[in-house]
Amino acid sequence: MRQLVPLTITFCVGTLLIVSVFIPPLGDLERTFTLWFDIIAVFAFFLGGGNLLRVHINKLRRRKTDWGFSIVTLAGFSTMLAAGLFKIGNPGDIATAVDAPGSMFYTIFDSVVVPLGSTMYSLLAFFVASASYRAFRAKNREATLLLVAAFIILLGRTPFGLMLTEWVPDSFSLLQIPNLAIWIMNSPNLAGQRAIMIGIGLGVISMSLRLILGIERSYLGGDNA
Amino acid sequence: MNRSTYIVVGVVVVLFLISWILKAVSLSGEDDGYILRGFLITMSAFLTLAIFSFLYRDNPFYKFAEHLFVGVSAAFWMTQGFWSTIVGNLIPRLSAGLSGFFMVPHQPSPWNISYWIPVILGILLLMRLSAKYGWLSRWPLALIVGTTAGLNFVRYLRSDFIVQVSSTFVPLLGREPHQWQGAGAFVSQLDLSATGQLAALLTNWVIFVGVFCGIVYFFFSKEHTGVFGRASRVGIWVLMITFGASFGYTVMGRISLLVGRVTFLFRDWLELIS
Repeated sequence: MRQLVPLTITFCVGTLLIVSVFIPPLGDLERTFTLWFDIIAVFAFFLGGGNLLRVHINKLRRRKTDWGFSIVTLAGFSTMLAAGLFKIGNPGDIATAVDAPGSMFYTIFDSVVVPLGSTMYSLLAFFVASASYRAFRAKNREATLLLVAAFIILLGRTPFGLMLTEWVPDSFSLLQIPNLAIWIMNSPNLAGQRAIMIGIGLGVISMSLRLILGIERSYLGGDNA
Repeated sequence: MNRSTYIVVGVVVVLFLISWILKAVSLSGEDDGYILRGFLITMSAFLTLAIFSFLYRDNPFYKFAEHLFVGVSAAFWMTQGFWSTIVGNLIPRLSAGLSGFFMVPHQPSPWNISYWIPVILGILLLMRLSAKYGWLSRWPLALIVGTTAGLNFVRYLRSDFIVQVSSTFVPLLGREPHQWQGAGAFVSQLDLSATGQLAALLTNWVIFVGVFCGIVYFFFSKEHTGVFGRASRVGIWVLMITFGASFGYTVMGRISLLVGRVTFLFRDWLELIS
């Protein structure tokens, strides 16, 4: 029961979805299973929320380090959840979208989630700059290529790059830094990305087969891997 | 937290209140909800600064913002999932009464009974929280894994393998709008224009040779020596340019976000720029 049922489900669902590509009447299966997937994913979100509550309530109860911040998490979580599930302050009736402008859900999203999310990601600019300063050394040919490509892309997307090579005549416009940056993105970068994508594609195909045939069992837990 | 931390927190709270009042005053002529709007803009600004404070070192303000982000984001995705998937797609197929309550159009069909399967599996997924019946959560996980494997097998075979391989076989002697008209015409029209025939030709050669050599580099079943080794070496160069370009592109994306946040601070909050 603990192994056979999940392995059978994976085999049947995986095989059915592959076979459905060749049998047009079964073509709708892809949409149905995607919807089933989405429904289970929502339960996974609820599981995640429940787990978050459990972890932070435990932290509060046991007065662990930084337990005070757990109150912030719980307050943010419950306020946003209440605002979203009960559509507090929504303009219109229950049929109005939960994220309609003016609703409490939208307001919290716009004033908390958006600034925090974009600032978190923008923070990476500093860390990437600091890491690249330490890591980028033109020690050999490969490292130099990486450095030069990155430098041209960075320059090509700033007005400074355009200003530097504005004097280059039109018959040599490929050498203008913005054009060179575009060419690098559309040519060697595309070639490299494509080689990687073909590799990833083959990897995903073989992993899918391993999962469907029950060779790969790590998702069942440590003792079944 | 020690005494100095409490003092700093107190100062920040006072600064927040002052900023809120000043912002509300500056907005008072614009709309009726100026107190709330002033509060929201001030809160966004302080949360932005709280995250930036991590550049100095880990501190209570950053931890506050981080914990708030985790809580609010988790609830955001739960709510989105509930309204878009459960109310938008599941309830119209399972219950006419609930469809009426949520004011979504009911979609009757004899196959709708099958939608109880993901509901039951979803409930089984919640068993993960139980120590005794946690193993039951493997069943919905198996459906997720099976669906992903089945869909990805076909999707990746088409888009990441067949399409990519066929797109690599490009004409190496001219293409639209630069059709090959012989070596004489090619030499006489030779220039380094970004839209010229040489650039187009170079692009095709780099793509074909680059992809080929890139794949050779990833082929580990043969020792990388001789001609194979040289092709593999060219593959490394192409991959290095790719990584460099991706790095530059990512950095520029992050810088754009940074510019957005700085613009918010100086324009929307402090009103120093227009």
